Order: sequence, then structure tokens, then C-alpha cells
Amino acid sequence: MIPGTFDYHAPKTLKKAVSLLNEHEDAKILAGGHSLIPLMKLRFAAPAVVIDIGRVSGISRIRISDGHIQIGALTTHHTIGSNARLRRVCPVLPETANEIGDLQVRNRGTLGGSVVHADPAADWPAAMMALRASFEVAGPSGTREVSASDFFVDMMTTTIGDGEILSQIRIPEPPAGSGSAYAKMHQSASGFAITGVAAQLTLDESGNVSAAGVGVTGVAPIAYTASAVEDALVGKAPDEGAIAAAAALAADGVQDANEDHHASGEYRMHLATVLASRALASAAERAKS
Amino acid sequence: MPVAKSVGARIKRREDPRLIQGLATYVDDLQLPGMCYVAFVRSPHAHAKIQSIDTSAASALDGVVSVVTGADVNPDVGGVPCAATDFPNVQVPEHPVLAEDKVRFVGEPLAAVVAVDRYVAQDAVDLVEVDYDPLEAVSDAEAALEPGSVKLYDHFDSNQAFTWDLEGGDVDAGLKEADRVISQRFIHQRLAPNPIEPRGVAADFNAGDEQLTLWSSTQIPHILRTQVALMIGLNENRVRVIAPEVGGGFGCKLNVYAEEAVLGHLAKKLERPVKWMESRRENFLHTIHGRDQLGDVEIGMKNDGTITTLKYNVVADVGSYFQLLTPAIPTLTGLMLCGCYQIRNVSMHLRAAFTNKMSTDAYRGAGRPEATYIVERIVDCVADELGLDPLEVRRKNFIVKDSFPYETGTGLSYDSGDYTIALDKALKNADYEGLRKKQAELRDEGRYLGIGLSTYAEICGMGPSAAMPAGGWESGTVRVDPTGKVTVLTGIKPHGQGQETTFAQLIADGLGVDVDDVKIVHGDTDSVQYGTGTFGSRGTAVGGTAMIMAMEKVKKKVKKFAAHMLEANIDDIELEDDRYVVKGNPERGVSLADVSGHAHRGIDMPEDTEPGLAESHFFEPSNFTYPFGTHIAVVEVDKDTGEVDIQRYVAVDDVGNIINPMIVEGQIHGGIVQGLGQALYEEVIYDESGQVLTGTFMDYTMPKAHFFPRFELDNTVTPTPVNPMGVKGVGEAGTIGSTPAIVNAVIDALKPFGVRHIDMPLRPEKLWRLMNGGESS
Ligand SMILES: Cc1cc2nc3c(=O)[nH]c(=O)nc-3n(C[C@H](O)[C@H](O)[C@H](O)COP(=O)(O)OP(=O)(O)OC[C@H]3O[C@@H](n4cnc5c(N)ncnc54)[C@H](O)[C@@H]3O)c2cc1C
Repeated sequence: MIPGTFDYHAPKTLKKAVSLLNEHEDAKILAGGHSLIPLMKLRFAAPAVVIDIGRVSGISRIRISDGHIQIGALTTHHTIGSNARLRRVCPVLPETANEIGDLQVRNRGTLGGSVVHADPAADWPAAMMALRASFEVAGPSGTREVSASDFFVDMMTTTIGDGEILSQIRIPEPPAGSGSAYAKMHQSASGFAITGVAAQLTLDESGNVSAAGVGVTGVAPIAYTASAVEDALVGKAPDEGAIAAAAALAADGVQDANEDHHASGEYRMHLATVLASRALASAAERAKS
Repeated sequence: MPVAKSVGARIKRREDPRLIQGLATYVDDLQLPGMCYVAFVRSPHAHAKIQSIDTSAASALDGVVSVVTGADVNPDVGGVPCAATDFPNVQVPEHPVLAEDKVRFVGEPLAAVVAVDRYVAQDAVDLVEVDYDPLEAVSDAEAALEPGSVKLYDHFDSNQAFTWDLEGGDVDAGLKEADRVISQRFIHQRLAPNPIEPRGVAADFNAGDEQLTLWSSTQIPHILRTQVALMIGLNENRVRVIAPEVGGGFGCKLNVYAEEAVLGHLAKKLERPVKWMESRRENFLHTIHGRDQLGDVEIGMKNDGTITTLKYNVVADVGSYFQLLTPAIPTLTGLMLCGCYQIRNVSMHLRAAFTNKMSTDAYRGAGRPEATYIVERIVDCVADELGLDPLEVRRKNFIVKDSFPYETGTGLSYDSGDYTIALDKALKNADYEGLRKKQAELRDEGRYLGIGLSTYAEICGMGPSAAMPAGGWESGTVRVDPTGKVTVLTGIKPHGQGQETTFAQLIADGLGVDVDDVKIVHGDTDSVQYGTGTFGSRGTAVGGTAMIMAMEKVKKKVKKFAAHMLEANIDDIELEDDRYVVKGNPERGVSLADVSGHAHRGIDMPEDTEPGLAESHFFEPSNFTYPFGTHIAVVEVDKDTGEVDIQRYVAVDDVGNIINPMIVEGQIHGGIVQGLGQALYEEVIYDESGQVLTGTFMDYTMPKAHFFPRFELDNTVTPTPVNPMGVKGVGEAGTIGSTPAIVNAVIDALKPFGVRHIDMPLRPEKLWRLMNGGESS
């Protein structure tokens, strides 16, 4: 519970943060610290240099414009969870935020930290997949944009390079007639997801599904898009039967599901179907209203 | 009789303001000039030979004061003591404070680093190079008892630590007499006590005075003083133990640990103050665990629900060494096996097994939750077998009100009880009939409501010395200052139980002073006369009684002085509110301050009376006390996920007379939560190689407030004749009563699926499987 020795920097600009990160060997970015510091306290992580981006400006805002929701990487779970506009425009975002940890965790932890950490049980990746988010990454030679489906590589691994910082998360603004929701089963000790399913449905004028996005976390080493579920719903009225039939496909194709003493892989895959149907039902409800 | 003003009132805890404002002093708050910090090198292996330990790199690190291993320390420091080794077939392991040639569980300490701060100490720990030769480990108690199992101790015949048998009546006759016999295996999983403050020790040796002061987060400062003095070779009067504010114990601080002696030794050797604070991870690995029994029960029953026999054949997993009371804990299970029922034929056959795990010992309830779980599950199993309402089986077998004191088949004498009134009140508060109706309706809709009962009885007020491994009495001193303020020195060590409030209430009424004029001193062996400590729900029943007896002696003397001062007959002096007055002439009176001033002036004394106003009493209880009650849990289990929703929790507890209802409720709340923790969430898991899979709060589920509904509490009052206050004890009741209530409720919910038993913790996946065509355990 006592971390090793490290140097500490607190730059004020993204540029400075990137250059510090590239100047030092074995440096780590510190955002909310709610994943990194527990690891350092157990000495599972012992970076020589910690670069705290808490004072970097311009990366902790939520903006909705030009057909995009843009969320700075440093935005806390609480800020997202309590944003009234998001609650109307894209309810799955605040809903996910509010299912994370407890108040203290939500007050410190950030969206960017969560996705970069890429814990297989983290909540955010489900919504990122369902909403087709993309990530703006700043590096020594400028910025690049990565889609959510390319971002997560493996358990605790993303495409972010050692010298890169995630700066913004961009989500297409859901068109009129959309509704979204998150359904989760909590791991009783940590509060993380044993399984979590985020869903967004867009309905056309006749009330049929014109677009569907479903993301699943907790089941596989990385969150995935449940495309079989999405495909099964497009063109159909989202009634109980259609949702149940589609949700049953929520763990299709999952190999080597996560397993620990809290839940077996089989159970997680089953939960994906139950939670998909719950998330889809409330997404449909919201899309209609 | 004075009118009781304080006793019975919902007075807010007097200890809370300092706790809430951060003004309390815990071990970690101590800072002494020149203080060094100690960190321990601990085994990452469950079982390994230590080939060599190289401390040179650690010693060379800047800021490191000393690095010691078992070879350095063990010649000067005795082993970790066990007070309960008098058992059949016992094999008592040596238990060095630092492992020397072999390590036997993950987390076992084998070297200690002393450094100028915690960071350097931890860095140095990482630099100590230990060459281990890993051995096969055994973490399953039954496997450990198999012939051919890898042995923890080469010189022992086997891993069998000891055996113990208990028989009351004639169990075989009971089986013959039975219309039916069923058997059931029960597993009481291993739990981590997890007080919010882990353990911590600080030590300071004053060479000039030849005096060691040891601060420790302990429940038993005096016993610790005796043991540490013996371990490190100091006269006991040269050791002062101070247990400052203690942030919870739940039994895990009712112990003597290696670190306490090592710190004392290091302070003496280095002549520098030293401190060690346990990390949460160390707490999971090297603070005692609770429970961990698995056993088979055979039950004989008559067709009308009468239980004729109960046979318990059990293996207790004691871990790798004996801590202070390790072997004694499972025997308490045997003593309480009859619960609140007239089970005349009862037996327990116990085999204890060494495994490559941390030792088990007392954890809230200590052996009794296991008994209550077994017997309360059994009455439900009997009901299930016979198609009766579990309620009827309980009523059928209850010990009846007019048979107290009641001699149980296990040799105990229950002091007092009326199990029916608590049950009836709980049924009424819960609307049992209505719940059963609702259950039937919901089942038709494919929803699964379960109603679980637990009608428990438990042992408190530990206890008569004859029944205890290290004395069961308690001490109290009551001192009145010349200005009339009262100081109590109690041998117990409250660490969350609230006796600074309840004891003050008792004194306030007893001596006619304000609650705020009473100070309760505890936890410092240089100020307080020898005492036993706080555990086994004994603080008020035994410690409170010692104090009351001392107070009565003071009061007698006060009356003598009052009579002298008022020129009245002593038999005519009575306490009216805050004045000692002459009967029938209430304007003639004196206050406690008047009397105390006079007594301390030392002139104009009543005949044959010493000056001063202070008395002590050492109270030896004649028996334990036996609280009881009924807990009813109402749950709904989600068929799709297996999640348990606790909808209502109704408890009626009878803890005898109540001094402060708010404190009693607080104890019951916490107790219920801890019991539900075992039922639903908690488990220390060691894998086959002896690694701990649940060594952080990210993996080990502590129950949290938002998991539970508001508890609906009520009580009945059946005073005990064992002490003059009629109090029974409340520290463990909630934990003991709640576990079976919730398990019975969940199993009741799953009845339509043919489920008869499920082992704890009731994780959602287990329930989901059972509700969806999976195996019933
Ligand atoms: C008690 C507790 C309960 C929790 N419960 C949940 C839960 O229920 N659900 C859930 O999803 N999470 C949970 N978390 C995790 C929490 O959400 C973390 O806050 C989050 O995972 C990490 O965000 P952070 O800002 O704290 O990141 P940090 O801990 O600061 O960083 C995490 C990692 O990401 C890197 N990093 C951070 N930001 C950037 C960036 N902008 N660019 C590049 N690298 C970066 C860091 O270097 C580090 O490796 C819990 C945490 C705790 C302590």
C-alpha cells in the first residue's frame, strides 16, 4: 500500500504533457488516478515519472455541436452523469456514468482514463461501442482519430502508444427518434460490470428500427459490438418478441469469455442476453417518447 | 430507589464527536521523536523451504536502520502463544514470530526492515532476497486429512491438529427412535474480519526507566501485556500496553500477533521508537480469518416434526498455526448446536486440520454462527422433508418458557428465555400470513419470493473462568474526585461498542451525577487494574457488572459519609435525583461532590472509615447469558440473473434489559449486515496452490449500506438473573441471527425448483443455475 518513488509533473497544456511524456522513459499519465494509483500502491505499477494531466486545459468539457457530442478525455464520470443536456440527447452516457463505482470514484475518475485503462469489466467501453465513438489521440507528431472498434486491442491494451495522450472522445449526435440505455450487473466487491450492455435504437416514422447500436462489456477480454443483435433489429418494430429474439444473440461468437470467482464465462454470456433485452427495451421506450 | 434518568434513554454516543471530527488517536496517529517504521518481508508462497535470505542490499539502502530475520530474532523472542491447547490428540506447532526454515502460508512474515520512513522500509523489503524452495501446498482441509497428503509439519504424524468430541443423550438411540433420518452437508466458508482500521503497533523503550510502552490496536491490552512480556523477556511490570482508539476488531484483535512482539523487541534492541501499520493487503493475508468448517449433519425426526437427534461430523480448517484461541473456536459450535430447541440427543465429532492458510480464530460470533446456521437450516430441512411450515417445526421443538434455567444436551445451562414471544412479535411485525399469501400469488406469475426465519439463541457474557481459556472475570474501579466527578477504570477495551456512553449512564443514575461528569478509562495497562478485555459480548454483562459492584461499594461509603454529615442513620439515607437525602426530610441532603470533598479532606470522618472515595471489584460471572430472537428475511430472486433482492428484514431481539436503545440498535444493524455478508457475499478464497484470490476489496465483497433495505427492528425484554443489571449482551446477536434467515429465505424462494440446500455465499450465478435446470447442491 506504499508506492515506489516517482517524479511528478503537472503540465498545463496538452502539448507540454505530450512532450514530457516523450522526454521521459517509463512515464505514465495520471488522470483521475482511480485505476493507476491502486496499482501503484500495490507496486503492480511503478512508473519512474507520473505526468498529472489534471491541470491541462481544454480536455474536460462536454460540447454538443455540428452533429457531434464531444467529451474531453479528462471529463469526470460525475460531470457526464449530471449533464442535463446529455440526459436528453444521449441518455446512455449519463446512465453509464452513474453506474460507475461510488460518488468518490465518479468525482475523480475520467472517461479518458477508463477507456485507456481498458479494464475488461469497465463500463464505458460498452457505450463507446454502441455509440460508434471515435477517439482523438495526441502524439509528438500531431493528432490522429481512431474508431472505438479499432481502439480496444486486448485486455488492458489499446492502440494508444507510449508517447500518446487521449484528448477527446467524439460521438455522432443521435438523430431524432433515438433512444439509448445501459443495463448492468455489478460485481459485488468492486462495483465494476460483471456484464454491461449499452444500446441505442433509432426509429423511423413508422416506428421500425432504422439504426441499432449495441455494445457489450465484461463478457470478453475487450468490449465488443453485438452486430448480430443490431442486424436482427434493423427494419423491425422493437416489440417484446423482436427484442427478445435479437437479444438472444448478444454473446454470439464470443470465444474465451472472461471467468473468475464472481462469474463464469457461460453466465456472463447469458447475462449479455438478459441485459441486452433490458437495455433494448428501455432504449425503445425512450426512442418512442 | 432513585428514578432512572439515564438508563433506557437514547443518548447519543459520547465517543462519536471525537471520531467524526478526526480528534481520536489511533496507533497511526502516534508520532514520537526519532520514530522508525517497520515493514515485513512476507512469503509469496503457501509452502516453501527457505534456503537463504540475503539482506545485504536492503541493509545498504539509504535510510534503513536495521534488517532482521528469524535467525536474528527468534533466539530472543518466544513463539506466538496459544491459550487453548488442551485437546485430545493435539499436535501443537512451534510458531516462531519470524519463519526461519519453512513458510506455511502466503503472507507469513520472515524478516523485518526498520527504516526512517514507510517508503524506504517498503523499498528495502523489495530488496531482501529470499531463496525459496517451493513445496506442494494443501489448502483443502479434507484433503489435508487424507493419508498421503503433503504435510505442513514433517515431525507430525499427519495434518490433524486435534480432535474433540461432545455427546449429550444418546444419538444412536435418537436415530432409532426417529421416523425419518436425513443428512445434509454444510459449509461455513472462510471470512475475513476486516475492521476498518487494520492492525497497528508502535513501541518505545525507555532504557533509563527500563520501560517498554507498546501501543497496539487490540481488544485485550492486559493479556497482550502478559504475553508480550513473556515473549520478549521483560518483567510484566516493565511493559505498558496502550490500546488507543481501536477502529473495530470483530475478534481479530482478540489475539497476540507476531508483529506485536517483534516491534517490542526491536524498540528495546534499537532503543528507538518503532511503528508498523498493517496494510489492507497484509490484513487479508496475516490477520486471523473466521469460520471455515465443513461438516455433515444427520438429523432424526418424528413425523410430527420433533427432532430426536442431531449428529455433526465436522472438519475445521485451522490454517497453518495456532493463534491465541484457534482450537477453542469450533468447540463453541458444539456447545450451541441445540440452538433454542429441546434436542436431547446431540453429538459433535470434530477433526481439525492444518492447511497452508492463515490461522482461523474468533470472528464476530466465533463458533456460534456455525451452530446457529446448522440448527436453523436443519429445522427448515425437517419442515421441507415433512411438508410442514418451518414455523411449526420451530414451535414444536422450542424450549418452553417455564423450563429455565434449562440444561441443554450439550451441557450448558440457559439462563432465561421466552422464544415464543419474540417469534410471535416478529411474525406479527412481518405479517407472516400476508407474506405467505403474496408468495403464492407471485409464484403464479413466475416470480420467486422467499421468506426465511431464524429463531436463534446464543451465548454471551463470556464467561465463567472455568469455561474460558484465560480467565473470564472482569474488573472495574470507580473513583470519585474531591470535586465529585467520577472516573471509571474498566478492564474491558471498547472499540466501537459504546461503553463510554452506556457505562456513564449506569454511573450517572447509580451515584446521582450527570452523564457528562463521568469519565470511562480503558485500554491503558498502567492506569487500569488487570482486566480481560472486550470480546464474546461480555463488555457490559461482565465488565459492566464489575463496575456496578465497585460503584455499589462506593455508594455504601457515600451513604456512610452522608449519614455522618447529616447526623442521620445510614439506613435513612437515600439518593433522590442528584442528592443524598434523609428519608422523609428531603431538604436535608448532600451531593456527591459534598461527600467526596469531605471524604478527601480527611478530617471529621465517620467511625472506622478510610478517607478517599474509590473502590474496585473483580467480578466472576456464575454463568454465560443467552440472548435470543427471531429474524425474518423476505427476498425476491430474479430468475433471469439469480440476483437476490432483500425486500424486508424484520428482527425481534431479546438481549435482556436495555441501557441505551440507540446503541443496541447500532450493534444489531452492524451485526445483521455482517451476517448477511456471510450469507450472500463474503468468502476468502485460496486456490489449490494456497494463493489468496480475494486479497483486496476489489475481489472480497464487503457488504455495503446500499445493498440492504431499512431494517425493521423490535425487541422483547427477558432479563437474565446472571447479573444485577439483567443485561445479556448484544455484540454478536445480529451476526448470529441473520445468516440463516437470509439463506432460509433464498432457499424458500427456490423451492419450486426442487432446491433443498445451497452453500454460502449465495452468489447470483449459483442461484441462476439452480433456477434454470442446473445441479442442486
Ligand atoms: C473503488 C473503485 C470502484 C470503481 N468502480 C468502477 C465501475 O463500477 N466501473 C468502471 O468502469 N470503473 C470503475 N472504477 C474505475 C474508475 O472508473 C477509474 O476512474 C477509471 O477506470 C480510470 O480513470 P482515471 O481517470 O481514474 O484514470 P487513471 O487511474 O488516472 O489512469 C488510468 C490509466 O489510463 C492512463 N490514462 C489516463 N488518462 C489518459 C489519457 N487521457 N491519455 C492517455 N492515457 C491516459 C493512465 O496512464 C493509466 O494507465 C472504479 C475504481 C475504483 C477505485
